[in-house]
Amino acid sequence: MDAAGVAAALREASGVRVVAGGTKLGWGRPIEAPELSVAELDAIVEHNVGDLTAILQAGCPLATAREAFAAEGQMLALDPPDDGATIGGVVATGDSGPLRHRYGSPRDLVLGVQVALPDGSLARAGSKVIKNVAGYDLAKLMSGAYGTLGVVTEVSVRLHPKPREWLTVVVRRDDPRALAAAASELTHRPLEAERLDLRWEGDAGAVLVQLCGASAPERAATIDGEVVKDDEELWAAQRAAQRGPVVLRVSSTQQGLADVLGAAREHGALCVARAAHGLAWLRFEAADAELVTALRARLGACVLLDAPAALRREVDPWGPLSAEPLMRRVKARFDPYDTLNPGLLLT
Amino acid sequence: MDGGLKLIEELRGICGDEHVVTEHHALRTYESDGLLQYAAVPRAAVLPATGDEVAAVVRACHTAGVPWVARGSGSGLSGGALPLEDGVLVVLSRLRRILEVDLDNQRVVCEPGVTNIAISAAVGPSHFYPPDPSSQIVCSIGGNVAENSGGAHCFKYGFTTNYVCGLEVVLPDGSVVELGGKELDLPGYDLCGVFVGSEGTLGVATKVIVRVVPTPESVRTLVSFFESPRHAGQAVSAIVSAGVVPGAIEMMDNLTIGASEAMAHAGWPLDAGAALLVELDGPQAELEATFDQVGELCEKAGCSEVRVARDEAERQVFWKMRKSAFPAMGRVSSHYYVQDSVIPRTALAEVLERIDWLAREYDLQVANVFHAGDGNLHPLVCYDGHAEGEAERAEELAGEIVVACVEAGGSITGEHGVGVDKKRYMPKMFSEADLDAFQKLRCAFDPDGLANPGKVMPTPRLCGEVPGPYREHPLEKAGLAERF
Repeated sequence: MDAAGVAAALREASGVRVVAGGTKLGWGRPIEAPELSVAELDAIVEHNVGDLTAILQAGCPLATAREAFAAEGQMLALDPPDDGATIGGVVATGDSGPLRHRYGSPRDLVLGVQVALPDGSLARAGSKVIKNVAGYDLAKLMSGAYGTLGVVTEVSVRLHPKPREWLTVVVRRDDPRALAAAASELTHRPLEAERLDLRWEGDAGAVLVQLCGASAPERAATIDGEVVKDDEELWAAQRAAQRGPVVLRVSSTQQGLADVLGAAREHGALCVARAAHGLAWLRFEAADAELVTALRARLGACVLLDAPAALRREVDPWGPLSAEPLMRRVKARFDPYDTLNPGLLLT
Repeated sequence: MDGGLKLIEELRGICGDEHVVTEHHALRTYESDGLLQYAAVPRAAVLPATGDEVAAVVRACHTAGVPWVARGSGSGLSGGALPLEDGVLVVLSRLRRILEVDLDNQRVVCEPGVTNIAISAAVGPSHFYPPDPSSQIVCSIGGNVAENSGGAHCFKYGFTTNYVCGLEVVLPDGSVVELGGKELDLPGYDLCGVFVGSEGTLGVATKVIVRVVPTPESVRTLVSFFESPRHAGQAVSAIVSAGVVPGAIEMMDNLTIGASEAMAHAGWPLDAGAALLVELDGPQAELEATFDQVGELCEKAGCSEVRVARDEAERQVFWKMRKSAFPAMGRVSSHYYVQDSVIPRTALAEVLERIDWLAREYDLQVANVFHAGDGNLHPLVCYDGHAEGEAERAEELAGEIVVACVEAGGSITGEHGVGVDKKRYMPKMFSEADLDAFQKLRCAFDPDGLANPGKVMPTPRLCGEVPGPYREHPLEKAGLAERF
């Protein structure tokens, strides 16, 4: 099915579950609807090497794109845990990994989208150049909307040069406050780190600072920590901790992370966090609605990602939405008959 | 303006008599923004002092069914803040308080009238706010939000949209919403992201939360001179291909160098075909490793000379050359028309050739200044406004340049916005289906079409009820608008 086919199918559909790689179907409220898959739309449409841009069909696996870009010394700076995730799914869920530190999330890297709408139209917004302010930025609206406003069929993205040299400095602390303070100090230094993460596991934690470029060893020497040159496993572990039996994503602040780490220790959760962005993922072996509610009261906005369907029925996986009436108005204009992932985000 | 007098009385009640301007001569202050080709005198201009007053003003306009336009510093270059003759102009210059500097969390909360430069000043010298439009001394953060402003350093650092994480917005019905916050990835739709760059057509921001970042440890700047912009373009490609991400890469052509030199006196060679200004910033150790490489790449691309700024004073002179480009062009030509198109960087040579050809065809001079890293061109079409028909010819030529850029895979505007100036080019870039999708968003925020109507969209469009029975609007009946 091509993009026009997706749009045509939407016009006829009364309710669909939008699927690409199918790796995040356990996120949001559990829903039942026939699947509409964009997995077949898996091409790299353009890789404009000289312009550091690319156009990908929604079903293109991140791994495939990564390999193609790496062959030219470039990268799409998105490194969420993938296991077969596609660019469409990553954009739709706004998922991100440790590279978020320097390059932002999908919304920051997507230059334009083609989107199939429930009225059967196929619309584009944005462009394929890295600077553009013409028209509304619907790429931002679609990023993180979980396919509830339109089905993204194609995205254009900005690429970056792939670093040639790198290393990671690990700074260990066994107290959440001391760890958060160490991260804060590093966050406020002009280190130009590629990645800057926190990790708390059991009774101890670490700040992980990845530095790239020819001067990485020299800059690393200014940080009191252990230098790890072969750092691939460290970062794979950071990404892996964003998935699990129960995972809560916490939108906090830099200073709020001390409390998030404290909560992780108290509840025996594994925590990874983007120190500069105040974002944390709490991974539990098991959790109940009461715990989710208590953590929201204590830490602020927490979105329940991975979790058994029963838990996602018992507790709202999203928590309170700011400007919810306006969100409903946007939904009503784009998807007036609740065709797209009905009930997944707004009920 | 039905009930107009009653509305003006209400506005006086909200903001105080002295903050409601209705005298024609006083209103002329506001007749244009930074794009002087367009002018319109509004029915009234109001200067509210607080977000609450803004909300009350917008609510009163909504009740009266009167359209309004928000204006920050009025430095925009696309006519985005052009008033409506039958509308109210909401001037935000009194909302200029920085409400909170939360350096611990790298956030600043401020009112929309705060200038761009004031944010960096409030968090400096340890931190700064990266998006830096050339007008940063006067332009307001509210205007930056409306236009998604860029600047010389956005190739490396990104645009306004990458730094605004929260907004308080007054919607066109007068209600107030919080979009985003100090935190990132809040659940639900990214309405903050879609509001940024919406050119005042979705509502008006009364509070802006931005992200600030540590100031780079070191900055090094060089300028190199080339036979032509094409040769300089090859140097840009070589630098970017080498994996170097400069803080800024700016290009000026021969005409611009001449004009700026008369103003900034940097001693740059007047016979150079192009000047390429490259600035690297970042950790000192990293700059030492890469800065020389940039000079070598320029030499390899055939530059006649590389000059490295020896100190901050010389760096400022280099930048003065670049930032003088627009005002200095006044010495070359009595009038000029600025374009803001974007092309994929690799299409530079092809598009420049086309622009040269068009300039000859129209018998007009076109000077070129580029944000070369991201392919954002600012062709300045020079003309004599007193010579009959020349202004029209210049406008036509500028339009041809826009079309050439879109055909090369680019955009009609990189940072100035669509406003009134470029709305007629929107169909060159977007199909009817695309414009319909934009309209869906517009209708969710502003179903009555009261916020900055007549901007961005190429033709007037109305919003139907959703979902609901069909009712014909008078404008529709008259064939003046289409329904969505």
